[in-house]
Amino acid sequence: MSETPLVQLKDISISFGGIRAVDHVSLDLYPGEVVGLLGHNGAGKSTLIKILSGAYQKDSGEILINGKRAEINSPRDARDHNIETIYQTLALADNLDAASNLFLGRELTSPFGFVDDAKMAAETAKIMARLNPNFKKLKEPVSALSGGQRQSVAIARAVYFNAKILIMDEPTAALGVHETKMVADLIQELKAQGLGIFLISHDTREMLELCDRVSVMKNGALIGTERVEDVTEDDILSMIIMGKNPKRAA
Amino acid sequence: MTDTPDTSPSSGTDKQDGAISRFLRETEVDTRLLGMLAALALIWGGFHIYGQLVNGFGAFLTPRNLWNLSVQTSSIGIMATGMVLVIVTRHIDLSVGSMLGFIAIVMGTLQVNILPQYLGLGHPMIWILAILAGLIVGTLIGGFQGYMIAYGTIPAFIVTLGGLLVWRGVGFLVARGETISPVDATFKLLGGGPYGAVGSTGSWIVGIIGCIAVLSLIVLGRRKRKNFDLHLRPVWAEGFLAAVGCGAVIGATMLVNAYPWPKGIIKRYAEAEGIEVPPEGIFISHGFAIPVLILVAVAILMTILMSRTKFGRYVYAIGGNPEAAELAGINTRWMTVKIFALMGFLTGLSAVVASARLGSATAALGTLDELYVIAAAVIGGTSLAGGVGTIYGAILGAIVMQSLQTGMVLIGFDAAIQQVVVGSVLVIAVFLDILYRRNSK
Repeated sequence: MSETPLVQLKDISISFGGIRAVDHVSLDLYPGEVVGLLGHNGAGKSTLIKILSGAYQKDSGEILINGKRAEINSPRDARDHNIETIYQTLALADNLDAASNLFLGRELTSPFGFVDDAKMAAETAKIMARLNPNFKKLKEPVSALSGGQRQSVAIARAVYFNAKILIMDEPTAALGVHETKMVADLIQELKAQGLGIFLISHDTREMLELCDRVSVMKNGALIGTERVEDVTEDDILSMIIMGKNPKRAA
Repeated sequence: MTDTPDTSPSSGTDKQDGAISRFLRETEVDTRLLGMLAALALIWGGFHIYGQLVNGFGAFLTPRNLWNLSVQTSSIGIMATGMVLVIVTRHIDLSVGSMLGFIAIVMGTLQVNILPQYLGLGHPMIWILAILAGLIVGTLIGGFQGYMIAYGTIPAFIVTLGGLLVWRGVGFLVARGETISPVDATFKLLGGGPYGAVGSTGSWIVGIIGCIAVLSLIVLGRRKRKNFDLHLRPVWAEGFLAAVGCGAVIGATMLVNAYPWPKGIIKRYAEAEGIEVPPEGIFISHGFAIPVLILVAVAILMTILMSRTKFGRYVYAIGGNPEAAELAGINTRWMTVKIFALMGFLTGLSAVVASARLGSATAALGTLDELYVIAAAVIGGTSLAGGVGTIYGAILGAIVMQSLQTGMVLIGFDAAIQQVVVGSVLVIAVFLDILYRRNSK
């Protein structure tokens, strides 16, 4: 590929205590591409992604956005680079309604600087109508919502602010069949719009369907990155379990 | 935050509901608020009737008692509004009572011992400088404690427990155990009393402004909902809310105006002004006490802060999920510093009211206030688990606490029984609140 990658992670490392959670990992992501991250629990996928989203600060390495070096030291920095994250935990304030969560940290305000709840509610109704037409409980705290509805709020938050780079950490883990399908459709739609998406999941088959490339991590290190058409599900599984790239070995 | 659920227009279900639940839904009145008002009515009525039956005189529901109740609630009420923010963000502040004592000593020393030396006794700047100093000291102490909590990651319970001991001790050291008096004459007005109230005309002006504010809020709210195509209350519901709101404001005005100055004060006032007092006496109304107006102003500003600003939104978000707030780019540590600084500022304001009411400053002022303030916030529906709490709830909680105490004094319960009752009410109130929340889920 000749175009500039949207994101280049170069030689990223981070340690917690004595443990290397991410060990010299390099990855890149192109516009309109979905890159899947696979690995066991504790392989370092979420940690790596949290470095990009600003939740953790890397010990060493470099992040390039559109070919330019980017300093990402806080979630706010990441948002300034149009990086949006849907966390596995969803990161919703359960006591607030959908609109307050959607705009948390980026509230719409009136000319006097007051939060404009009516406008935020109207905007939320608009985007929810697009993402999840069944969503009706706009005024209730999100603790009163079902798992799928909560997921819609988290997704709406990432999509609303014109993300260029989207990180989805286990976006379908808590969802039913129907809702999982909606997320898959959404990923295709966003991809077509030219977003780059990092996707984390445990479901190898789902990853092979949704992603263009998959990267496998084990014990903090990157085992390999392959195009999905070049590998079988068994290849991926052996990378996850054995920590070896069968294609390279062969 | 806990609006009546489901405001979506669903005409199909309307018919099946009872008249009361339909009424509640259409007016969008918080049922918790209704419960608290009912509890308050019960307490007020109960004390009054008990007084009538046992002592032959119901002293509670008199303009005089209710006026005094309003003044006595001010100091705790002002602090309780700040405590809501502290508790909503899952912290606690045990130091407010001691801080209040210390700040009162600082202001007392300034206006009695220090400023008169430079400005001359009775200089009009004395009370202003003293208050400014008190508010600044309060803000700094609160901010400092907040800094230790946020950046030193020491639990708020420990930091403010330390503060509880430290500031009380420092207050005694500064005052050398003495009572500092008399405070500046203008300063004293902020504590209430016949002169520290705005009188009949002033109260009517306040009442009418309040009424206009209620009406314009309703009209503006309706216009805004219309603009964004949100569900509108029926016109009768809007009218009902307007009538109740205005009625409450006008009623309070008539009440405070029905409490006349005592004869002794009138006599002195008449002598000073050179007025002849007719044999039937002169009726001069107290009107709203200044500390009550301060509380009302604080309540309005704090309500705007909590419901209409980003700051308030972040306070609730941090309380609901601190990690999510952090990931949303909110600087939660700096927020904590600001919240405790605000608590300190309000404690300073309470210290003004409390020491002005007393007419002097002692290091013992505000002893046990932290517990009443926390109790007021919690009775008012602030959840110690974080994320939930309202300003009006905390003020209602303060009124409930003060009503209990005043009522028991009026009917002659001794201090030991008062403590038993207040303690029990606190626990029962929180239990009822838990039941309420469980059922409303």
